[in-house]
Amino acid sequence: MSLKGAGYIVGAYEHPTRKAPDKSVTLLHAECAKGALEDAGLTKDDVDGYFCAGDAPGLGPLSMVDYMNLKCRHVDSTDVGGSSYQVAVGHALESIAAGRCSIALITLAGRPRSEGMATGTAPRAGSPAQPEVQFEFPYGPATANMYAMCATRHMYQYGTTSEQLAWIKVAASHHAQHNPHAMLRDVVTVEDVVKSPMVASPLHRLDCCVISDGGGALIVTKPEIAKSLKRPLVKVIGVGEAPKHQAGGDIDLTYSAARWSGPPAWEMAGIKPSDIKYASIYDSFTITVLMQIEDLGFCEKGQGGKFVSDGNLISGVGKLPFNTDGGGLCSNHPANRGGITKIIEAVRQLRGEAHPAVQVKNCDLALAHGTGGSLGTRHCGSTVILERE
Amino acid sequence: MAYVQRKIEFVGTPDSNPETKPYWDGCAAGKFLLSRCTKCRKAHWYPRPICPFCFGDCEWVEASGKGKIYTFSVMTRAPTPYAIGYVTLEEGPSMMTNLVDCDLATLKIGQAVKLKFVPSEGGPPIPMFTPA
Repeated sequence: MSLKGAGYIVGAYEHPTRKAPDKSVTLLHAECAKGALEDAGLTKDDVDGYFCAGDAPGLGPLSMVDYMNLKCRHVDSTDVGGSSYQVAVGHALESIAAGRCSIALITLAGRPRSEGMATGTAPRAGSPAQPEVQFEFPYGPATANMYAMCATRHMYQYGTTSEQLAWIKVAASHHAQHNPHAMLRDVVTVEDVVKSPMVASPLHRLDCCVISDGGGALIVTKPEIAKSLKRPLVKVIGVGEAPKHQAGGDIDLTYSAARWSGPPAWEMAGIKPSDIKYASIYDSFTITVLMQIEDLGFCEKGQGGKFVSDGNLISGVGKLPFNTDGGGLCSNHPANRGGITKIIEAVRQLRGEAHPAVQVKNCDLALAHGTGGSLGTRHCGSTVILERE
Repeated sequence: MAYVQRKIEFVGTPDSNPETKPYWDGCAAGKFLLSRCTKCRKAHWYPRPICPFCFGDCEWVEASGKGKIYTFSVMTRAPTPYAIGYVTLEEGPSMMTNLVDCDLATLKIGQAVKLKFVPSEGGPPIPMFTPA
């Protein structure tokens, strides 16, 4: 049975905070839930399914449904890092289709900025029970150098350049100037990016996303309920998810799991990449965007550098407007997980509620893709395709 | 640029992962061991007793210590800059490692490297690689 159209996104809310030293992670989750329900025109008592991931404190979703006093028939806490929220949309569709819930709430929140976390540059050991830790941690795997190794190899294999990667940041900054909540609102040039300090070669400071507090929430529901509400109809027409790992040491860092999460989503939706009017692409680093664009089929493998150059990702200028809120590269990356904000901006675009300066005209088909974990070791790719009805 | 060795923290956990003890005992004795399947004969990384290719039983074999750089990154924003990389071993698998005892600015993909044990804090020396 195809899940195409089994659910609609009727509520979407992004927390405006970027630094929240005076709030707990649970409160941020609950504020996001409240915002998404108000956006949808629903109340907390309407929710009967709850979805969260590893950023929610406590034992899976139990602490959160207790804190918010939700009466749920179904909960799910699949944790695949920053890609968990695209996966949650897919799982919400399955749950709705199976009759396990009818109004699903998905939340994300975190405050790494207030907690002083050096997200990209400080290696984190993880649990001793994780089998890879003792064979990897001594070598200093931080987040930035894991993604950087993908960039080094991509450059070697396909001739990709730092200037081409820089265009991705340039495009994000053009969009962020219109977002009053974005952390970095100054428009930057290719030269600014390649002359910013090196963090982990070949990635510069401006190739990296921001570290921010914040969160977001989504409401997914079945068609009958969606059509009874007063919001524009945003139908989920394609979903896909897939993990990628080290394959016993048979390593290829030139592609991402989007190579496998994309095809089922395209097939379900019955459309092709060139039909997409707006794309939210996970942007922990510039190289993340470039590899996903290739792997989702927006251009040929290896041609991502050329594709992203010369403003091709800038709304109103290029062929593939991306991350029109400024994305993780300029706006926010709450809980070090950018999946949910990708979906929220895609919903804004389809509703015609993006900032007028970046709103894509006649935006009827959008994609939101997440990458969670680490591109350099093991990660998950998750793809959601949405249609304005 | 003169090479400076950063401190290496040992996080091996033979208490909770008893099957990796032979690997660390090997390092302590100056031997770099790989896990190889007795059924499909393929070596893998990181080491586990159950083959990730065919679920066969694995045995420890001493590696040649020769390999080539698959990719790398020089972590500049660190108290002591260091080069992390994947080295493709002569025996087949690629492993995460550090590239040490060399001018980090001259590293290249495809470069031949050889094993070099680097002392750790709190444990046996850790296998790393340096230009051959």
